[in-house]
Amino acid sequence: MSAPRDGEDFDEASTAQQLTRTWATPRGWWGALATVDHKDIARRYLVTAGVFFVGAGMLAFVMRLQLSRAENTLIGPDLYNQLFTMHGTTMMFLFAVPVMQAVAIYLVPLIAGTRAIAFPRLTAFSYWIYVFGGVMVWVAFALNIGPDAGWFAYTPLSGPQYSPGKRVDFWAQMITYTEVSGLATAVSIVATILKMRAPGMSLSRMPLFLWAMLVTNLMVLFAMPAVMLASSFLIMDRLVGTHFFNAAEGGDALLWQHLFWFFGHPEVYIIFIPALGMVSSIVATAARRPIFAYPLMVLALIAISFMAFGLWVHHMFATGLPRLGNSFYTAASMAISLPSGVQIFCWIATLYLGKARFNVALLFVIGFIVIFVLGGLTGVMLASVPLDLQLHDTYFVVAHFHYVLIGGAVFPLIGAVYYWYPKVVGRLLSERLGKWNFWTLFIGFNVTFFPMHYLGLAGMPRRIYTYASGLGWDGLNLLATLGASLLGVGVLLLLVNMIRSARVGPLASPNPWEAGTLEWATTSPPPPYNFPHIPLVTADEPLWRERDHLSVMRGLRLDKRELVVTTVVEARADLREPVARPSLWPLLTAIATGGMFLASIFSPWAVVAGAAPIAVAMIGWFWPDQPPRADGEDPEP
Amino acid sequence: MSLSAHSVSQPLGVHAEHIAFIWHAMLGACGLMYALLLGFLVMTLLRQHRSAPAGVELEKRIERTLILWVGLIVVGLCGLTLASFLTDRALVRAASEPQIALRVIGHQWWWQVEYVDADNSQNVRTANEIHLPVGAQVHIALSSDDVIHSFWVPNLNGKRDLIPGRSTEIRLQPLTTGRFRGFCAEFCGVQHAYMQFEVIVESAQEFAAWKARQLAGAVTPTDPLRQAGRDVFERAACPLCHAIAGTNAAASTGPDLSHFASRRLLAAGALTNTRDHLRAWLQNPQRVKPGNHMPVVDLPGRDMTALVAYLGSLQ
Repeated sequence: MSAPRDGEDFDEASTAQQLTRTWATPRGWWGALATVDHKDIARRYLVTAGVFFVGAGMLAFVMRLQLSRAENTLIGPDLYNQLFTMHGTTMMFLFAVPVMQAVAIYLVPLIAGTRAIAFPRLTAFSYWIYVFGGVMVWVAFALNIGPDAGWFAYTPLSGPQYSPGKRVDFWAQMITYTEVSGLATAVSIVATILKMRAPGMSLSRMPLFLWAMLVTNLMVLFAMPAVMLASSFLIMDRLVGTHFFNAAEGGDALLWQHLFWFFGHPEVYIIFIPALGMVSSIVATAARRPIFAYPLMVLALIAISFMAFGLWVHHMFATGLPRLGNSFYTAASMAISLPSGVQIFCWIATLYLGKARFNVALLFVIGFIVIFVLGGLTGVMLASVPLDLQLHDTYFVVAHFHYVLIGGAVFPLIGAVYYWYPKVVGRLLSERLGKWNFWTLFIGFNVTFFPMHYLGLAGMPRRIYTYASGLGWDGLNLLATLGASLLGVGVLLLLVNMIRSARVGPLASPNPWEAGTLEWATTSPPPPYNFPHIPLVTADEPLWRERDHLSVMRGLRLDKRELVVTTVVEARADLREPVARPSLWPLLTAIATGGMFLASIFSPWAVVAGAAPIAVAMIGWFWPDQPPRADGEDPEP
Repeated sequence: MSLSAHSVSQPLGVHAEHIAFIWHAMLGACGLMYALLLGFLVMTLLRQHRSAPAGVELEKRIERTLILWVGLIVVGLCGLTLASFLTDRALVRAASEPQIALRVIGHQWWWQVEYVDADNSQNVRTANEIHLPVGAQVHIALSSDDVIHSFWVPNLNGKRDLIPGRSTEIRLQPLTTGRFRGFCAEFCGVQHAYMQFEVIVESAQEFAAWKARQLAGAVTPTDPLRQAGRDVFERAACPLCHAIAGTNAAASTGPDLSHFASRRLLAAGALTNTRDHLRAWLQNPQRVKPGNHMPVVDLPGRDMTALVAYLGSLQ
């Protein structure tokens, strides 16, 4: 008897039943630890990143309390330095990048119209490594050995001479953990987008969300090795006595800054570009028309990703590098606002040309435009060498990057929560609570961060744990702290809405917003196999063109995990590809790898000794499930 | 002389004036762009209440607006880049003839200041404050003894990093007299917050008088209390780190104290330099400025009184 395949032989109910049997994650603790379902992994990622976000936000609030009045003695300098280091580190490495990748892990296979992510076990591995690294650095912080050299850990302050003890080592290894995780996820997402889009979804029809995630994760592949290299150099300086950053022995303190910012500036765009994809999805759906000037939008995304690698020196204008070179970075930093400006225009134009349906998701997009553009414009100011020499390392910069990162990434992300929550959870969020949520966040944000522009101009440097009264900074600092309280209320309302709606929210239909992209073609929440039949894409927004009857492709096995691999440009169906089943090996490999990273904080020999368990785990991971057959056909079960 | 508001938008030096110009140009250009974009957004939101159908004609009009918008951004960015470049050139040209040369060395967490003269006997060493005659063109060579610091006097110029293993330079030319606050702008460890200094800009005569006093060496105590204070200073741990001209103390790990009492601030800006503050500082430096490198030196009350009296007399 030949294997059961999706086709005329089976009715819908039977197809769904067989697919569920094949794709469902096993119940119990084994299933929970071994799952390779991209939706399970992404949900964990999102919850974990959310916990880190709230934790880092609370650290920020303690800092605001300390700064609310002059010469406050609520906390001392040592704790304050740990707080801002942990806040920046957590927000950048444990929240912003992972949360954006988590959204991609959940949505990319759905929007691409496929059944799984490209390398499911690698994705599972990336989650475990991420959570180990995050927990490690927070446990260190709880034990009062948290890093205290800033999220940028400039040498020589972070070097062995000026940061004795293990604090900075925890920081450096946390970088290694999260970057390994980020790289693993990036590879999976890039491969999914390039090779697993539903047949017919050529690059010219690919939704902007997928373009944004493709561009972002390609950037991850080029940017993150730089910081891993830097953190490895740092830990070698600290642990085995190399002198990469020690000027006295022929090293160079500025080498660190180059390596760090060669990663650090693209990092900002790695956080920001996914948000652009989210905004494009929300705007197109709200306006009920495709995004205005789609080709230009794609070009803008690609332009931003290239330019982002040519800006890093604008973090280093005050170090006294050659002036002609600095001018080049001024021009490049200013030029990147052109593609950003074009994108903003195109979104507003889309709304202008369409007939917008207002919902909370769109409200957050409007908030994003108002806040982000202001942050972008202060970015133009900071691109100027002379002006930057005044504003660099002051509260003006603190204001600038919170406008860019909260306005440019967190507001779209919360908009995305309101937009995709029904798909993930199966219930709608409360729109009424959502409006309260928006206004508290919007007002709280501006009251917190707008005054900081002025504080910076008035000479308040960053990273000071206190300040004398009489310098003219008292009132605005208090105002910022009050704003931060309102911001906290806003985040609380979001959490309340999410937790409450998960139980009592109205049930969501497959496509509550009448959107056009494929993730809305399946049930809310999606079944383990995502789609009963692989969609066949015949239009830019398939669900708008074929509202009632989506074209599908048949012929995939029902009794084995299988999906279609398509060609990169045209997305023509190319191969049937088996998909990995649940496995404990990713977890075991992550434990072996994580253990090696952790032990290497204490002894360089851990790298040697730790290689053996990793090798064993990886051999287990890659052990073939079944012997390959000479004729190349799948073995029948 | 009161402290001037240390704001970027109140330039009181040649360099800061150039930078304030580019700040105002930026504020104008960016403000205009922001207003235009918000105008478009508001128009869009208002339009939603009418039901004007979007036709091909409208789409063409938006396309033309987009081209205009791109043109505006390009012209604006070119203008601002050019203005920025020209300002940078002006900063290079300003104060190019050094009339006063200084060397500033950053330490965790204080500033060592040395006036460098062709005639070595005219060199002056002090800490955490810089006296300058108004209008003088000043070149300051910057270096660091430990980690990266950054020298910043908002009223006078932008900032410049002090990097171990590298030498950098900053130039100042103050235009008015007054006291200007300076900060370390690069995070440099536990007491980054209190790594401040003051620039005192005064008339040429006042400056000359100040320099003459500095060159004159430390005051020799005449009354018994202060003499006892000097003995305490020499006997206790103080000379291991500090210097006072004319005593056995000649170390440079900590600030030079030869004219300690002439400075307005104590502990790099943590306190004003009064007798009470000085006593509190000497009794427990770690309470005043936690984490700083000055150890607690346990002295009997009588010795402490003498020491405070002696240090307080070092004008």
